[in-house]
Amino acid sequence: MTDAAELRRLTEELLAAHPPATTDRLDFLRARFDAGLAWVHYPQGLGGLGAPRSLQAVVDAELDAAGAPDNDPRRIGIGLGMAAPTVLQYGTEEQKRRLLRPLWTGEEVWCQLFSEPGAGSDLAALGTRAVRDGEEWVVNGQKVWTSSAHLARWAILIARTDPDLPKHKGITYFVCDMTDPGVEVRPLRQVTGEAEFNEVFLTDVRIPDSMRLGEVGDGWRVAQTTLNNERVAIGGSAIPREGGMIGKIAATWRERPELRTHDLHQRLLGLWVEAEVARLTGVRLRQQLVAGQPGPEGAGMKLNFARLNQEISGLEVELLGEEGLLYDDWTMRRPELVDFTGRDAGYRYLRSKGNSIEGGTSEVLLNIVAERVLGLPAEPRTDKDVAWKDLAR
Amino acid sequence: MSAQPDLLYSEEEEALRAAVRDLLTDHCDPAGVIARTESETPHDVPLWKTLAGSMGLAGLLIPESLGGQGATHREAAVVLEELGRSVAPVPYLTSAVVATEALLACGADDLLTESASATTVAALAVGLHVAPGATVPHVRLEDGALHGELTGIADAAVADVLLVPADDGGLYAVRAVDATVTPQVSLDLTRPVARVSLDGATGHRLGESGPAVRRALRAGAGLLASEQLGLADWLLTETVRYLKERKQFNRQVGGFQALKHRFARLWLEVAGLRAAARNAADALATGRDTDVAVAVAQAYAARVAVHAAEEALQLHGGIGMTWEHPVHLYLKRAKADSIAYGTPGTHQEALAESVDLRAP
Repeated sequence: MTDAAELRRLTEELLAAHPPATTDRLDFLRARFDAGLAWVHYPQGLGGLGAPRSLQAVVDAELDAAGAPDNDPRRIGIGLGMAAPTVLQYGTEEQKRRLLRPLWTGEEVWCQLFSEPGAGSDLAALGTRAVRDGEEWVVNGQKVWTSSAHLARWAILIARTDPDLPKHKGITYFVCDMTDPGVEVRPLRQVTGEAEFNEVFLTDVRIPDSMRLGEVGDGWRVAQTTLNNERVAIGGSAIPREGGMIGKIAATWRERPELRTHDLHQRLLGLWVEAEVARLTGVRLRQQLVAGQPGPEGAGMKLNFARLNQEISGLEVELLGEEGLLYDDWTMRRPELVDFTGRDAGYRYLRSKGNSIEGGTSEVLLNIVAERVLGLPAEPRTDKDVAWKDLAR
Repeated sequence: MSAQPDLLYSEEEEALRAAVRDLLTDHCDPAGVIARTESETPHDVPLWKTLAGSMGLAGLLIPESLGGQGATHREAAVVLEELGRSVAPVPYLTSAVVATEALLACGADDLLTESASATTVAALAVGLHVAPGATVPHVRLEDGALHGELTGIADAAVADVLLVPADDGGLYAVRAVDATVTPQVSLDLTRPVARVSLDGATGHRLGESGPAVRRALRAGAGLLASEQLGLADWLLTETVRYLKERKQFNRQVGGFQALKHRFARLWLEVAGLRAAARNAADALATGRDTDVAVAVAQAYAARVAVHAAEEALQLHGGIGMTWEHPVHLYLKRAKADSIAYGTPGTHQEALAESVDLRAP
């Protein structure tokens, strides 16, 4: 078993052999991966040492103190958070060796081809078709809300391989080469004026069968690994009082006494209290996880977060009065990183509208809380035993 | 990480909860509580004797040297959660928390010893609606005797000793037998208020009224949130249970999505209240960030408890409107609690100062 002392020793060895000050960034990241210090809980040879996940912090702290470059995890979040755990669990040895190293170093960016115009909340109804042709699959369809598609080398893709089975059963999971000539990426401009996301059109895209993850028809189960890891990734870290959206409006309130009215004051205080309670709920949830008693509160955290972001940023626009009539910039842009609390109040107001849609709509999350936490009856399922091709659409 | 409050329940706290719940399950059933409300003794004195005396809970906040348990507000909060779940008609919050805090502030060791042994029930003679820091009504001190009338005094009917603020700035202990206590017809049937009249009563001066009352009301406000959590938790759980059973239109009523979403939102509010109430109890115990923690909990708790009660009544349908069903006891308690120790708005106003979000 690799312990903290051993990890410290290995980290010092890495730093001695590749001094960050004089080593190329990418060379350093590759060397770190090969030393098993990329993600220590991964297996040996795949960037890890089979060590407990909690010990990663030991390595990160040492490297951080030495001024070593990191792999810019926010830029490659989909690869790290969603693709990697899925490749690790379902990939062949060959797939793991080929894909994980450049994924981790950031040399190859990943995106996720899941949602479709006709399959949002009901993702399992997806209609992108993959048809077997010898040792290849031929894929046709359209995906949407794909972040990083315009930067990505690879995509994780779910497609329908058997329309005669009920919807959950005829899906297969692939790794798609985004440089295939049949892949067309178009920016999807959103209400903020910018385009964080893309539409991806797939026309006769050819995927070798060797790039399938998991068994044919088992794609829905494989996708659960991806989506469960998404929820873990969203779990987040402890925020201080007035962290996030409420801090922005509180600062404006303090700095701009001329904007204050009694009505705005009451509403601000009400939202401040709610934001503080939501923060405490998150603190409590994290303490439960640490104590090994995960609570169901996690299911509700995103509901709080979405509603409060929307209400607080909406109040902020109103507070600004005449300035609230303005917007910083409608120019179509392609931001690489998204900061919900970034830019001005108008942007925050518009961007936060997506918070109750992306990553599970609030309506679906309320169903999940009602059914899984409170044990109330599930929604009637008229599609369960019907062949996908016979579903209403 | 010393600044991080502990928002969980310890094993000891869970054991305490289980003991209190067992007792209440056996001795505080809803039908019994309803029947008692219209009897000569709306308070359940035998239950109080068991809780306070046999289980020693009256002395949780009192040091061991005075015969108490030397525990903290965290444990008292757990007791209040359970008492809230049962809308138990016992003077725990008013006596074992609020009056006890006033006695602790005054160093009134004799009365604390009596309280700890449950031989004496004390009540702070300040209207239940008064918020920490607000102006406190008082009686007149003339020639060493107390004169005047105080109203809205919760649980005064079962108090042996009243802690009375007087116009000389002192807090006086007055034996209930030396005062006239007249029950007022109260919205909350399980925590009735009364009028206290003093006509030349003698009192024993315990100390300065101002700081003692402020400390008592702040602890009361902070721990009231745990009682409100108990109310809301029971209301949600019971209503979910009922709507899984209840069938209309040939299906479980709890399966209608319009109702599922209302339940899910309520659950989320209760989860928030649990965090806020634990935070207030922990802050009272540690003395860290106490004013803000109490004000946040009280600005939030009333809305959740009242919402839970109003949803419970509505979602029970006709049966929820009957005297026979206990939901009205919870509604009345929740609504009265929204006034007790200051309304949510009062606590929100206090936050405006303490977190520097000033009024125009």
